[in-house]
Amino acid sequence: MGRYVARRLLQMIPVFIGSTLLIFLMMYALPGDPVRALMGEQAFDPSVVENIRRDLGLDLPIWQQYANYLGGLVQGDFGTEIASQRPIADIIAEAFPVTIRLTLFAFTFTVLVGIGLGVIAGLRPDSVRDRGLLTLTLVLISMPSFVLGYLMQYFFAFQLQLTTPTVQDSESIGDLFLPAIVLGSLSLAYVARLTRTSMAENLRADYMRTAVAKGLPRGRIVGVHLMRNSLIPVVTFLGTDIGNLMTGAIVTESIFNVQGVGDAIFEALTRREGATVVGIASLIVIVYLLTSLLVDLLYAVLDPRIRYA
Amino acid sequence: MPEKTADKVETTVATDPAPGAAATEAAPASAKARSLWSDAWNDLRRNPLFLVSAVLILLLLVLAAAPGLFTSASPRDADLAKHFLQPPNWGNFFAADWLGYDGQGRSIYARVVYGARASIMVGIGVTLLVAVLGTAVGMIAGYFGGWLDSVLSRVTDVFMGIPYLLGALVVLTTFEERSVWVVMLAMAFLGWTQIARVARGSVITIKQADYVVAAKALGASTTRILMKHILPNALAPIIVVSTIALGGYIAAEATLSFLGVGLAEPTVSWGVDVSTGRQQLRNAPYVLIIPSVMVSVTVLSFLMFGDAVRNALDPKLR
Amino acid sequence: MRGAKSAKFVAGAIVVALAATACGSGDGEDKKNTGSGKPAGYVSIDVGEPQKPLIPADTNESNGSYVIQSLFTQLLDFDAKGEIVYTNAESVTTEDSKTWTVKLKSGWKFHNGEAVTAQSYVDAWNWYANIKNNQQNSFWFADIAGYDDVHPEKGDPKADKMSGLKVVDETTFTVELKDRVPYFNYKLGYTTFAPLPKVFYDDPKAFGQKPVGNGPYKFEKWTHKKLIQVQAWDDYKGPNKAANKGIQFKNYSSLEAAYQDVVSGNLDIIRQVGPTDLPKYKQDLGKGAIEEPYAAIQTLTPAFYSKTFKDVDPKVLQGLSMAIDRDTITKTVLNNTRTPATSFTPPQVKGNQELDTDIFTYDPKKAKALIKEGGGVPGNKVWIQYNTDGGHKEWVTAVCESIRNATGVDCVGDAKPDFATDLEARDNDEVKSMYRGGWVADYPVNVNFIKELYHTNAESNNGRFSNKKIDAKMAEGDKAESLEEAVKAYQEVEKLLVKEMPAIPLWYYRINGGHGENVDNVNVDFHGDIELPQVSVK
Repeated sequence: MGRYVARRLLQMIPVFIGSTLLIFLMMYALPGDPVRALMGEQAFDPSVVENIRRDLGLDLPIWQQYANYLGGLVQGDFGTEIASQRPIADIIAEAFPVTIRLTLFAFTFTVLVGIGLGVIAGLRPDSVRDRGLLTLTLVLISMPSFVLGYLMQYFFAFQLQLTTPTVQDSESIGDLFLPAIVLGSLSLAYVARLTRTSMAENLRADYMRTAVAKGLPRGRIVGVHLMRNSLIPVVTFLGTDIGNLMTGAIVTESIFNVQGVGDAIFEALTRREGATVVGIASLIVIVYLLTSLLVDLLYAVLDPRIRYA
Repeated sequence: MPEKTADKVETTVATDPAPGAAATEAAPASAKARSLWSDAWNDLRRNPLFLVSAVLILLLLVLAAAPGLFTSASPRDADLAKHFLQPPNWGNFFAADWLGYDGQGRSIYARVVYGARASIMVGIGVTLLVAVLGTAVGMIAGYFGGWLDSVLSRVTDVFMGIPYLLGALVVLTTFEERSVWVVMLAMAFLGWTQIARVARGSVITIKQADYVVAAKALGASTTRILMKHILPNALAPIIVVSTIALGGYIAAEATLSFLGVGLAEPTVSWGVDVSTGRQQLRNAPYVLIIPSVMVSVTVLSFLMFGDAVRNALDPKLR
Repeated sequence: MRGAKSAKFVAGAIVVALAATACGSGDGEDKKNTGSGKPAGYVSIDVGEPQKPLIPADTNESNGSYVIQSLFTQLLDFDAKGEIVYTNAESVTTEDSKTWTVKLKSGWKFHNGEAVTAQSYVDAWNWYANIKNNQQNSFWFADIAGYDDVHPEKGDPKADKMSGLKVVDETTFTVELKDRVPYFNYKLGYTTFAPLPKVFYDDPKAFGQKPVGNGPYKFEKWTHKKLIQVQAWDDYKGPNKAANKGIQFKNYSSLEAAYQDVVSGNLDIIRQVGPTDLPKYKQDLGKGAIEEPYAAIQTLTPAFYSKTFKDVDPKVLQGLSMAIDRDTITKTVLNNTRTPATSFTPPQVKGNQELDTDIFTYDPKKAKALIKEGGGVPGNKVWIQYNTDGGHKEWVTAVCESIRNATGVDCVGDAKPDFATDLEARDNDEVKSMYRGGWVADYPVNVNFIKELYHTNAESNNGRFSNKKIDAKMAEGDKAESLEEAVKAYQEVEKLLVKEMPAIPLWYYRINGGHGENVDNVNVDFHGDIELPQVSVK
């Protein structure tokens, strides 16, 4: 077990370096210079731009810049923003909690409602409510989140005037309600369908017949036998989905003006703050890698047949 | 997002979700190719979901190929003086003012009709590119195994680790000119990983099959084995994943255009129109809602189509 | 289940680790309420996070400038008509436009009690101009004699003081310029010319986070990306003493969010209403709606090196100008946020004049004829380069359609994903045919809108317009002995511009902002900034 985890963690290192390098290279290839962009449209002095670039090491060859960056990162230093001269760690510390809160909110919503709906439909496959649910989820899946976001904004804010169209305080849970629902709805639809299919399949399984034949109470059959086995694929999906939710937040945050990671990365991208983009992206990559490890370990909990050597 | 669509496919297609190893025993490898395809077709013909979506997709394809058949108005012609933000005239079917005019005084109906081409082209184009690229990588990794497999699998991991939207944002910002082709290539560059895993998984299973071993023993060349024996048998799961992902790619293109890094004017695209329309949400919501609905209907058609194809090709679910 | 147990443990450990990364670095919980609490008598306005540390000569974007203006007071300022109002200076005088004498008002102090003297100005200007300090606005000091010693084009500075600056006594200093600049005193109204206290030199970096100025407000706190708070300073001696108790500059991620807060009373002033709310903001805000023109212009600037416009006959450009229906576009697509242009300078600057020409009038027939006369547009197609992150797409599309409909010349927007890319294409001479140009007055004199944009050697002349006759005329104006003469000379230059068309002026800017019911006396200065010290709280 321990060896398995250690091996997985070791495997993460090249993946992590590879993906940060890729993003770093892409940032380097972007047209536009951050220092020049800082000067804006009005007149400026090119020698000042040169000077600042030299001071920041932006005139070095790309490999050296990457080495410097990685060297700093290993020591926990994310670097400094070019314009504001603030540590990037601060910027990350401001943005991440907001997005994580939004993601967790959306995630909880996905899990509770998605599995709930899936169970309701899955227990009676091919009934009216099952077909209704399948249609509903299909519609949800086919709506890109910006469509859903704007529809919600239009109906809840402009028509019914229940909320403000955009989030006023990114740290208030109440304000994050609508964005979280929009963010979670796609995953919700998948979770519901997945639960439903898996339940429907397992209902026909031999062990279910055995359990019924043994005369176990229905609550126990559904709760212990059926649920436990049906949830395995759902858990895989949920695990890999956390990373997706976090990036999906880029769109949701842009619609509802939540000041989270999406907002920060967008701003950094347009200002060519390369180190900020790479820093935030690396963290998202880490979250993604860790959650997929977590999922694999959860299998062992849910399905005793699986063991890791 | 295509990732999500694909994730779901992997988990439903996979019958034994062995962790870590992506050995998705996805395809009914033992089924004879011919009977599988004809069985599938028989099945599809009777599926109302398939028929409805096929009709819708056919319609969209015609829209994309010959938009001029549906409207005489041009999507670019603007007349601010007369048509600035004119609401839809619902009764006037298929006329230029049927769905109203946008903030530039352009016919929304004409723009919706002409916008189909970009979405369909990107959707199909990315799907094909991803299928080719992903299958190639997956087959090479799965067939040759060893260090080649390790390297390619790590590369796949790296690309998988990069969040799709984030990667697309950065890649697309690199390009100054963002034509349909550029958007397609960028999306494929980041999106091939799922297919690669699926392909690798099925190739690993197939290469142990008797007929492959036999072909090898008979001295068939590697290319021949790969192209004649392995590819046809690995195709089913790839097709399943691809068709379902198609809808996702269309949604992704619209999302990227909406974020301002996808297609740009003067290319007529639903995503671009949604992004323009967001400013009018309070004032003239139809400018945003009409192209949004088009995106959703298109994605829905391809999803239903993909679902039907999967049900037909995956006998385990029958 | 044996294996499962330890798996459970590891899984649990990862959950804990993830949760820790989630909340660990975030002191979000403590900061939760900083945004909402506003002390009584304070005014709040939507001014976002400054891009750079708060040093006067290192800031030229609008967010930072707003804060700097509240914290620092330079020698003089301008009223709404663009006339000079002396603030920290008693007088700024010259005999020959070359040597200027500055007399300061006595008894002025920095917020930390240090006296504001002639030395505070001279030291600050020398520091700003020094190439070693990398100040963005350092070139503003280039008129002063000895600038090249502290700011050579290459290499290290030869001196750390400009020879043109001399302290005469406690409250007097003289500025000797390299050449005559009849309007030099107008330049002094720019915030870059603010003085610095001695504490600055101890640690400029820390100062940039917590500045000490001599302005109507003193610095209170800066919660990054959320708010900056400044407090009215009781000992302020200038004419623009605060009528309120302080200001909160609040950062909003969107104009829409800020607007909602104004409507619901959580924010006092919004500088610019977003496009979503523009059609209805006058209804929503009633008397609180602000609509004021200010000294800024938007143009289409042809790239004179591009295939489209290389050696172009100015008649073609005049024709394109006449093909743009400025009236309709400003009224519809731009929601009245702009006023159609009728010259190369906005009405708020000294020397703005009525030009006897019809090139600003929409006339499709004449436009077509002029373009034909001038030999047409190569390829019969023009591109307008713009950045998609600045809300320009709508009007660029409208202008293009106007040109296309009127003249048959195809016109498409050349969208750059962001400002950085847009600027790079301009700097590297890669503009396909024209780009959207914009200019906000640095000082309210026509020179600022002509010399900085159309002189052959001007840094912002990205269209690479070059005309010897016009350069010579500008040089004549710069030699003038009085401001009036200089302004007149530049008026002549402007008349030539109509014939040569270095740019197609489109429209002047208006600020479309608003304020809530809690505040009053919200006025706008010549470059579109709200006069915050005047705002009173009910």
